[in-house]
Amino acid sequence: MDGGTELSLSIAHIVQRLKGSHLHSQIERQAKDCLHQPEIKLESLKDDVRSFLKTSGWERKLQNAVYRELHVQLPRSHPTAPPEHLKEPLAYMRKAQASWEKRVLKSLNSMSTELEVPLARMRPAAEQKELANKWNEMGTDEPDLSRFRPVYAPKDFLEVLISLRNPNHDSSEDISARSHWGLIQVPLNVRDIPQLRQAYAELNLTTGQLGIDDHAHIRPDLFESEYVQVGKKVLAEQDSAAAQQYSRQGCPTGLRADLWALILNSTNQPQDVMHYEQLTAGVIQHDLLVDNLIYKDVKLTASNDDYYFVFEDFLYQVLLCFSRDTAVLDHFKYNSATPPKSYIQGKVGDEECAVVYPPNGVIPFHGFSMYVAPLCFLYNEPSKLYSVFREMYIRYFFRLHSISSSPSGIVSLCLQFERLLQTHLPQLFYHLREIGAQPLRIAFKWMVRGFSGYLSTDQLLLLWDRILGYDSLEVVAVLAAAVFAFRAENLMEVTSLASAEAVLADLSTLKVVPLIQIFLFATAI
Amino acid sequence: MRHLDKKMASPEMMRGRRSCVRYKCGQLNTIQDVLRQRPGWVEVKDDGEWDFNWCDVGWLSENFDNSYLEEHVRVNHFRNHYELTRKNLMVKNLKRHWKNLERDDGHSEASKCDFFPCTFALPSEYDLFVEEFKRSTGSTWIMKPVAKSQGKGIFLFRKLKDIIDWKKDGTRSEEQKDAVQVENYVAQRYIENPYLINGRKFDLRVYVLVTSYAPLKAWLYRDGFARFSNTRFSLNTIDDKYMHLTNVAVQKTAPDYDPEKGCKWQIQQLRRYLTAKHGRETVETLFKEMDNIFVCSLQSVQKVIINDKHCFELYGYDILLDENLKPWLIEVNASPSHTPSSQEDYEMKCRLLEDTLNVVDMEARLTGREKRVGGYDLMWNDGPVYREDVNMETFGISCFTANTHLGCANDRDQQLRRLLKPFPGQRRM
Repeated sequence: MDGGTELSLSIAHIVQRLKGSHLHSQIERQAKDCLHQPEIKLESLKDDVRSFLKTSGWERKLQNAVYRELHVQLPRSHPTAPPEHLKEPLAYMRKAQASWEKRVLKSLNSMSTELEVPLARMRPAAEQKELANKWNEMGTDEPDLSRFRPVYAPKDFLEVLISLRNPNHDSSEDISARSHWGLIQVPLNVRDIPQLRQAYAELNLTTGQLGIDDHAHIRPDLFESEYVQVGKKVLAEQDSAAAQQYSRQGCPTGLRADLWALILNSTNQPQDVMHYEQLTAGVIQHDLLVDNLIYKDVKLTASNDDYYFVFEDFLYQVLLCFSRDTAVLDHFKYNSATPPKSYIQGKVGDEECAVVYPPNGVIPFHGFSMYVAPLCFLYNEPSKLYSVFREMYIRYFFRLHSISSSPSGIVSLCLQFERLLQTHLPQLFYHLREIGAQPLRIAFKWMVRGFSGYLSTDQLLLLWDRILGYDSLEVVAVLAAAVFAFRAENLMEVTSLASAEAVLADLSTLKVVPLIQIFLFATAI
Repeated sequence: MRHLDKKMASPEMMRGRRSCVRYKCGQLNTIQDVLRQRPGWVEVKDDGEWDFNWCDVGWLSENFDNSYLEEHVRVNHFRNHYELTRKNLMVKNLKRHWKNLERDDGHSEASKCDFFPCTFALPSEYDLFVEEFKRSTGSTWIMKPVAKSQGKGIFLFRKLKDIIDWKKDGTRSEEQKDAVQVENYVAQRYIENPYLINGRKFDLRVYVLVTSYAPLKAWLYRDGFARFSNTRFSLNTIDDKYMHLTNVAVQKTAPDYDPEKGCKWQIQQLRRYLTAKHGRETVETLFKEMDNIFVCSLQSVQKVIINDKHCFELYGYDILLDENLKPWLIEVNASPSHTPSSQEDYEMKCRLLEDTLNVVDMEARLTGREKRVGGYDLMWNDGPVYREDVNMETFGISCFTANTHLGCANDRDQQLRRLLKPFPGQRRM
């Protein structure tokens, strides 16, 4: 298939997606309305309407929508490839993901049976009224959650990843020079420092960065003032692609909320607000078993965090709605995971009686609420917060807890982390391995959460700036390796897993941008 | 009476550079640790001679007037600090300052003082209070005992009958007057629209160090914190003391208080949050208004406080933000709570107290021209202090920025290393 055909297929696909969307009807209406204007002449109708749409900013909005579609587009593939190949091309990965999902669903079902709590039930009218009244302060509720356990924790997932093997790859003949000391034993292609230097060129030592060059004792006129001015211009232009490029060097605190919304094309139109309100109504009407898991997770993680305890109520408002949002099901086209199906009682196997459970197909695990918590720092309108979170989930976060071969997937990130460490700090890696403290066992929990809850909020937001800017989660693996490099001296002296954990227990004082920069651009290769 | 023993005085001591500082400490918390760890500082017990005294206000009222203090000696309170720290006196001084400004400089200058909620001392101003109360029917008022701290004795009310005990009644007989002795309280208009973060109310604790009132020299500490109420804010339950009061001491007794849960944010965190929500300019305006609160309140007691070169004082300011991001002064504390609520809190208070001692400078390591010492920025030095150096070239430019950095990065370790000579006996590393 040549490039030209591929391109026209992509275009056709995007046109298909945008046709009938609200933006489409808005632009149509604008085009119709502008016919009354004097500068639109019949002879040059098409060009005049086009230039009107350009000057009034509608072309830019369309550009942003197209740009957004490019991000969530299915990967390019052969026209006869079956849909599961689009989700995940490698068969053994698909199999592993499927069996993991079965385990998780089984666990959920058995919890439902054991505790005699239905997966879903309609709330009685009195309960609905009570919940509606308490909507803005659900955190004051203290339901008895002691019987509920999280369906799984990151370390359970890690064990599955460690056991992944490519059946076509015969690793028994590997000589020690190429052997890998780490836990992940699948042959995926991950980038090393020379390639990362090229890909992340904007992070190099001679380019200004927020997180370094906006430090208190550096005069703002050297970098910061002008950078902020550029940011304001980017926002005035309302250009998603420009905002994404800008974000590579960091987003100023006062502009970040708008910049992220622009990059993600979360415009919070009236129909988005309405959609959110419908979800809210859904929460009030029905009670889902996963709601209890969400409550428990928020109480155990975000509520106990010094930075995020304030946002408890927001987290419920976002996560409970998220569970019911069937629009999220769209992303399973390119996610290796498949939404779990549940059957109406007595009709197991009958596809007509199958429903996706939970409605959005995502079963929350221990720590899930930490994906939302940092966003509460930026948005205080629930519908806006919700739409930004949802977009971030379907672009990035889902990759952190599904088994796939994607370069941003958690398997690749783990492998990349281990390879970076083994290649550039071999002594440290070997030492930790010898004392039974495999580095991945410590770093995994950071990466699964995108470092949320481990870094201080301002540093976390600087890291997520780069995730958005480079449209990749690789920086997470790079940061994990950089943290180990930073504390290498202390780690060389420990003699047990527990002491290694202790050295790396507190990351709240770390400054992420210098760490990443030094690791990528000042490591000798 | 103690007197200088000339035989003991070495040239260093005469110059003010002490190799050994003898201190007395009347409080049993963080300050003890800080003093003990300071190189060259030795505690003296009972009646020994001392160079430095960190006392509580009780000691001050008993002993201060009876002691002769040598030139180098320092005490951590001004004799009549209560002019600022007792609620009724603070309000009296602020109101008087407001009137004077209005008389001298006109209404716009005076409106700078518009940062404390309408307050009346009871029972002395009972009638004035009733007048105002009737004018603003439906509003909520808060009653606070004048001299207590940590939230004790405070309650909210909406009806006059709730405070009938404080009614000043000149018609009572002598016996009745003696029998009904009420404590002095202040009644203050309750701020019904506080700025909420996710439904929770909070107030700010900020630290200001005054080393002299005449001329006025005051330092502002970069660190501070926001104290959150454990429950969601609502005006429906004014009896819920736990919700309305954010003092950590009160929160700790709330039934659902969980010591594992943080109730505090560092002020840097708050500043970042507000900047992300409202943009940089709005937040800078807010902090400028807070600077004004500190300076104005100190100016209002400047002529009243008995200045003494031996005295310095660390104040804890409690500020409340309303939903329009206007800061309100709630009160000023002379002995801000040094009992830490967590490890992070303990470390912050240690830094604060260490830097306080650095500014007081018993070891004579400063030149006296510094604009910054550790986490303290010089806010007022007989006039506003600016970040930029004011000289012939910059004279006449009106866009100077104040030398305050509340809620900004506090890289005090590096700054102190650059600034200070090592302690006597310590070698520079």
